[in-house]
Amino acid sequence: MSEQTTDKRVREASRRHFLQAGAALAGGSVMAGIGDTNVLAGSESNLPPSVPEWMKAPGDPMGSQPYGTPSVHEKGVIKNISKTLPQYISASGRSPLQELDGIITPNGLFYERHHGGVPTIDPAEHRLILHGLVDRPLIFTMEDIRRFPSQSRIHFIECSGNPVYTKPYGKTASDLVGLVSCAEWTGVPLKTVLNEAGLQAGAKWIVAEGADAAALTRSIPIEKCLDDAMLVYSQNGERLRPQQGYPLRLLVPGFEGNMNVKWLRRLKVTAEPAYSREETSKYTDPMPDGTSREFTFYMEAKSIITRPSGGQKLTTKGFHEITGIAWSGHGKIKGVEVSVDDGKNWQEATLQEPVLTRALTRFRFPWHWDGAPAVIQSRAIDETGYMQPTLAELVAVRGVNSFYHNNAIWPWRIDADGEVSNAQA
Amino acid sequence: MRRLDLTTAFLAGAIAVLGFAARAEDRYGIGRPATAAEIAGWNIDIGRDGSNLPPGSGSAERGKVVFTEQCAACHGDSGQGGVGDRLVGGQGTLASAKPVRTVGSYWPYASTLFDYIRRAMPQNAPQSLSNEDVYAVAAYVLSLNGIVPADAVLDAKSLAAIKMPNRDGFVSDPRPDVHNR
Repeated sequence: MSEQTTDKRVREASRRHFLQAGAALAGGSVMAGIGDTNVLAGSESNLPPSVPEWMKAPGDPMGSQPYGTPSVHEKGVIKNISKTLPQYISASGRSPLQELDGIITPNGLFYERHHGGVPTIDPAEHRLILHGLVDRPLIFTMEDIRRFPSQSRIHFIECSGNPVYTKPYGKTASDLVGLVSCAEWTGVPLKTVLNEAGLQAGAKWIVAEGADAAALTRSIPIEKCLDDAMLVYSQNGERLRPQQGYPLRLLVPGFEGNMNVKWLRRLKVTAEPAYSREETSKYTDPMPDGTSREFTFYMEAKSIITRPSGGQKLTTKGFHEITGIAWSGHGKIKGVEVSVDDGKNWQEATLQEPVLTRALTRFRFPWHWDGAPAVIQSRAIDETGYMQPTLAELVAVRGVNSFYHNNAIWPWRIDADGEVSNAQA
Repeated sequence: MRRLDLTTAFLAGAIAVLGFAARAEDRYGIGRPATAAEIAGWNIDIGRDGSNLPPGSGSAERGKVVFTEQCAACHGDSGQGGVGDRLVGGQGTLASAKPVRTVGSYWPYASTLFDYIRRAMPQNAPQSLSNEDVYAVAAYVLSLNGIVPADAVLDAKSLAAIKMPNRDGFVSDPRPDVHNR
């Protein structure tokens, strides 16, 4: 199996190689020799029995990339950002899920959502104020935050509108559910910091506010704050990227992405929620009867096959590994089932260790494609026993205008030519 | 009986003291006290009951001027929407096949309108409007929705007293709501 995008990259690579070879000749280099037809033959010259070009001269010296970047042949692997958004200050960009392996999203490809642009914050001038129903209102510098005992944990974050319930549905896995990513986060448990201030009786919520141009505000129930919530300053070993809240963000594992407030500047301990715009007019889930669900925090179990997936192509019959990701805001993934016959039969996929709570879990399923059209799909089951529903099951309860928390199964259609497309588009 | 009470009281007191000591020991002494002025400068949250609304007032009439200058480019001259959200209309549509969610049809609390305009609007210069102008724009947007009259003047008390049409339209999260096994 190969992907269309890979084909394109190979073509680009061949072209680049040809141009490099041409430039070397034009520059008067005699290393290759004018009569060396292998150079002019393009990438063929790098295949056995020839000696590849990249073995015939030293490569780039140490220091040519003080901060390493991917191979030039991977330049197509970037965030999936629509070119037709109404605006780009309050907008989202998706992780290219179908290009990624394992469970950790590279920092540069982590999905983004911001409501007032990405601020440039000097950490020396960033402060966190903790006040409200506490014995001792406190103010912290970033140096202070980093002095607390630290912890590292792997968790996903997912936007709750991933995707919406209405057409047009996307073509690729990224188009559909690219607003999920997973990283190893380092910081301090929120409860440790709360203990410094001392919670007072009646403390039921904590209102978290960002230092961005939206001063984005969400209310977090105190039980979550005292459970696994963290104040995070590092992601996958390095300081947070600006798009992820540099220098400090809140992490509330398994809760909708919007609540993981970035550029965190203030925590106010309160008796009731703030009823901010982001938890009333947005991030509430409309129902067909005209009511809306509020404080819908948890991201329910979900999975998607990332390979083969929409936009890719199977170039040959025979063995293909089906692989994808599964996750649940309610804990660990217990199992993933795969169907290769349009949902008639389901078989257990293998889960790649480690299977972590509220983290992406990679699954694999060996498959022999006989060349006939097929519909493949996956469904996740989490440790609570909850099974990922179909889109029809969700819509039957929530209608098509519910907008948030669509965790439907997403089937892929494979046609006789091996083209993979969205079976529900 | 009396002795038992005393013993209980003594034990409770001892436990409280020990408990406090244990908690104090757990603290790291990191951070410094936040001053009242520091907190006041950043604490811009307005409660749904209007708590923390600042002094001052603004008229819908003044709000129309500010809206035209600061808001209309994204939200449309009469709040019909554009690059920014639609702000006006939609009342009575929430249970229809095409619900229109606006300040008038959807937002449960008028005080949230003050909070959001002040903290995040206009998008190119948030926290730049005076409190009076925030009251004024809130009054104008509410008047466009028929929730206050066109000659309304709003302050902390009158804004907090408004009951929005969709005030009771929200329910708690019933999930898991799809049972398929």
